[in-house]
Amino acid sequence: MRDYTVGGPEAKNATANNLVEADWYKPHVERETMKALMARSNGIAARDTILWLVLLVGSGILAYRSWGSWWAVPAFALYGVMYGSASDARWHECGHRTAFRSRLANDVIYHVAAFMDFREPISWRWSHARHHSDTIIVGRDPEIAFQRGAPLVNTFLELFAVRTIIAESKKLFLNAVGRPTKEQADFQPAEEMRGSIWWSRVYILAFAGVITWCIAAGSVLPAMFIGLPTIYGRWLMVVYGITQHAGLAEDVLDHRLNTRTVMMNRVNRFMYLNMNYHLEHHIFPTVPYHALPKLHATVADQLPTPHRSIWHAIREILPTLVKQRNDQSVVLARVVP
Amino acid sequence: MTEPSWHVVARFDDVAKDDVVAATIGDAALAIVRTNDNRVFVLDATCTHGRASLADGFVDGTEIECPKHNGRFEVTTGEAVASPARAALRTYPCRLSDGCIEVQL
Repeated sequence: MRDYTVGGPEAKNATANNLVEADWYKPHVERETMKALMARSNGIAARDTILWLVLLVGSGILAYRSWGSWWAVPAFALYGVMYGSASDARWHECGHRTAFRSRLANDVIYHVAAFMDFREPISWRWSHARHHSDTIIVGRDPEIAFQRGAPLVNTFLELFAVRTIIAESKKLFLNAVGRPTKEQADFQPAEEMRGSIWWSRVYILAFAGVITWCIAAGSVLPAMFIGLPTIYGRWLMVVYGITQHAGLAEDVLDHRLNTRTVMMNRVNRFMYLNMNYHLEHHIFPTVPYHALPKLHATVADQLPTPHRSIWHAIREILPTLVKQRNDQSVVLARVVP
Repeated sequence: MTEPSWHVVARFDDVAKDDVVAATIGDAALAIVRTNDNRVFVLDATCTHGRASLADGFVDGTEIECPKHNGRFEVTTGEAVASPARAALRTYPCRLSDGCIEVQL
């Protein structure tokens, strides 16, 4: 299996092969069109954020009231998905600062959603910047979630954030005492560690507080609202996430070969904030989520045919991950116009 | 050392309001920004964070956003105002002359 360690031996190969901070393929878009697509809107982002918060709080109230009955199962299932899955797209879009026009609004929602996702906000901002610089370049990209040859049980465990929580907990404790992880030191400037130290301590205190609350109350209920939804509500984020890059090419400088666009229905596009147009997002990360359908229509003739549904994408991904377990040269090829 | 001199980089009318265009003077890749109130600023085009041209970026008020990582710079000063941008961009004196934008470098 290739060594996916960021800053590891594959990073040297990536540098030698001119894959680091390289020029990537871009489709042609008229400047006037691009300018219109990049425009930000506080109104649209506020509408979608309020709807998300209403669903989150509403399902939370239902869950609280139904605690002790079987009705709590669907209520917590909905609450968990709003907390542990929908937050990921909010974290992502506000991390790019493309959701709202207001930087403050982006940053507030970014930090709230990062907490829900169990992501220390500073290091993940730098991790994601690297993911956009060197997308699926082995040894450089810290966000290659589905690594070729990795045990398939990892994918299953990720539905419940098991490996993420272990890795992030280790990072939080190291950062809290002022130490970056080895990979983090590769993509996060040392000067930015101060923020990571501060937020790591905040997270540890917050989760210690929730545990203390549970012990004092003699009930797991507080953790069912804060913390545990990251585990029991994460599965939908993983379903969306697997469609992004899994099974596609590594070490290429053309997002059309390593990133997928998948058509989704309105509900999924709300939950995922249009990140199903993932290929378009990677090529033009300054275009806000609400303009991605228009961008997709603008450049569709220059990109591979998108998948027609989540299921359509997963039907090609899962068998490929199984094959890659034994043969890491297996890759899903893309036909580019 | 060569004395700085003025160079024509674009016609004012060729730069739309709230937009940016690219220009090259010798080895210098420049971003020419026109704000909504018709002020013009000239900055280095290459983002100080990642390898990307701000001439493809997004102008929002007096800020310009990098097209690759969404880092932001204040065009009036070159100051980095949003991560992952951290180091300031170099700015250049510029002026309007006979409908053209001139930059001193």
